[in-house]
Amino acid sequence: MNTALRWPVRIASLAAAVAAWHLLTAADVRLWVRFDRLPGPAEVAREFARQVQHGQFYADLAQSLVRILTGFGLAAVAGVALGMAVARSRWAGDLLRPLLEVARPIPAIALVPVAILLFPANEQGIVFITFVAAFFPVLVSTRHAVQALPTVWEDAVRTLGAGRIRVLAQVVLPGVLPGVFGGLSVGMGVAWICVISAEMISGDFGVGYRTWQAYTIVDYPGVLVGMTTIGVLGWGTSAAVELAGRRVTRWLPRAEGGPR
Amino acid sequence: MTHPTPPAASPPDARSDARSDTRSNARSNASPDRPQGKGLALRAEGVDLGHGRGAPIVTGLDLDIRPGEILAVVGPSGCGKSTLLRAFAGLLAPVAGRITADGAPVAGPSPDRALMFQDDALLPWRSARRNVELPLAMRGVPRRERRAQALDWLARVGLADAGDRLPRQLSGGMRQRVQLARTLAAGPRAILMDEPFGALDAQTRAAMQRLLVEVLATAPATVVFVTHDVDEALLLGDRVAVLGPDGVGTEIAVPAPRDPDTPAPGDLRDRILAALGARGATAPTKETV
Repeated sequence: MNTALRWPVRIASLAAAVAAWHLLTAADVRLWVRFDRLPGPAEVAREFARQVQHGQFYADLAQSLVRILTGFGLAAVAGVALGMAVARSRWAGDLLRPLLEVARPIPAIALVPVAILLFPANEQGIVFITFVAAFFPVLVSTRHAVQALPTVWEDAVRTLGAGRIRVLAQVVLPGVLPGVFGGLSVGMGVAWICVISAEMISGDFGVGYRTWQAYTIVDYPGVLVGMTTIGVLGWGTSAAVELAGRRVTRWLPRAEGGPR
Repeated sequence: MTHPTPPAASPPDARSDARSDTRSNARSNASPDRPQGKGLALRAEGVDLGHGRGAPIVTGLDLDIRPGEILAVVGPSGCGKSTLLRAFAGLLAPVAGRITADGAPVAGPSPDRALMFQDDALLPWRSARRNVELPLAMRGVPRRERRAQALDWLARVGLADAGDRLPRQLSGGMRQRVQLARTLAAGPRAILMDEPFGALDAQTRAAMQRLLVEVLATAPATVVFVTHDVDEALLLGDRVAVLGPDGVGTEIAVPAPRDPDTPAPGDLRDRILAALGARGATAPTKETV
């Protein structure tokens, strides 16, 4: 595809979805799915314009961002560290894997009751749930990346005089980064799902809380403003992860002009 | 500089002293500083090699490599040439027998014994220069000196201008030159080379062979050079060992090694090919072409 066309196409795709939304709601279409009560884009935009003039909107935004970045940041560090430990050390593997495998299938959002019991404040509980959500994708992708690492790099560096720490820091860690970033992207996605859900259940601030709040008072344009905000924030943070990933894995062979 | 070929019966130590003298003289002109010391004496006694539970790949291997010697090892594919190098490097413990370096048992990898691979052993996320800096960092060379020394090593392998390029931006021959520079920068006393030029085209390979001889003259070390190419073995080795599943069958000393004016006599080639043919009788070997 002509590179000059790529951005117009991307924007057109979004615009077409908004236009379809507008047409369906403006015409009050009822084709088994009913659009007659769903607010249209114009209504949502008006509500959005109203909200951005209030400090509340930004306070919620900041609150949600702080929660997700804290939880996600902790998950990234812990996931990479434990993933490497489990894959490289038999002891760590035998000690931790059974525990991690049992904990992994539990949906993070199901931990809300536990989080409420464990943590003195709501805030910490929500960060904990976000952490758990993002932790497992990072852990699993790190573990697989370590196991898939070609042994030749490690062998070469060990015969040049590298010890355990140096092998970890200069061969394993950089070598697994492409795989780790796959896990980070997935982790960021589920972290948003869980931070919003947790806020809806137990928050007293945040985009998720505000969205649920709007629903309880039957303020549908407010609900859709919340959803749009979540979508844009999620897109932004995922793009940031992708960008960082491409920065640190610039050494990977990439086809020129391929996707992205 | 000449490499006298010791007759098989001569005591290794007497010869190595004489050799290390010539080599230290040669080294004093060498620009990047390396730890002083002559090549390592490597020895395998009654060694069986294998991976895990399977049958050993090599059994009853005895090999004596003199300090500063270049030993070429040939053998049919799958005969355990690479396994032998990994054992000398300390990456693989022998199933039976003893491997020693300068008389001390080999218990693990050491910067004294560097392994050089056929391809793809450079860290792909580091530029050529930063790959060469890696062993320098491990030797404790201060950061500022590392850069200069790494560039110096790259210049010695003819890559003065390629320091900032990533391995994927280099050709196969250039990557092998970077790997050679990186290996030498570690200051090893033994270099274990696993078909290092095996993936290169004929012209590049000939150039690399010349370069290796040139560089080894100023950076002396014991070299174990594994190849499947008999001519390469005769061109580079002081001795050629033919490896098979039951150890080293034939060892042949090369008269006037690495002397371009005295090519190895044709009957040596025939003897090696005969030894290979006898050993590789069950498997077709490219080596006999």
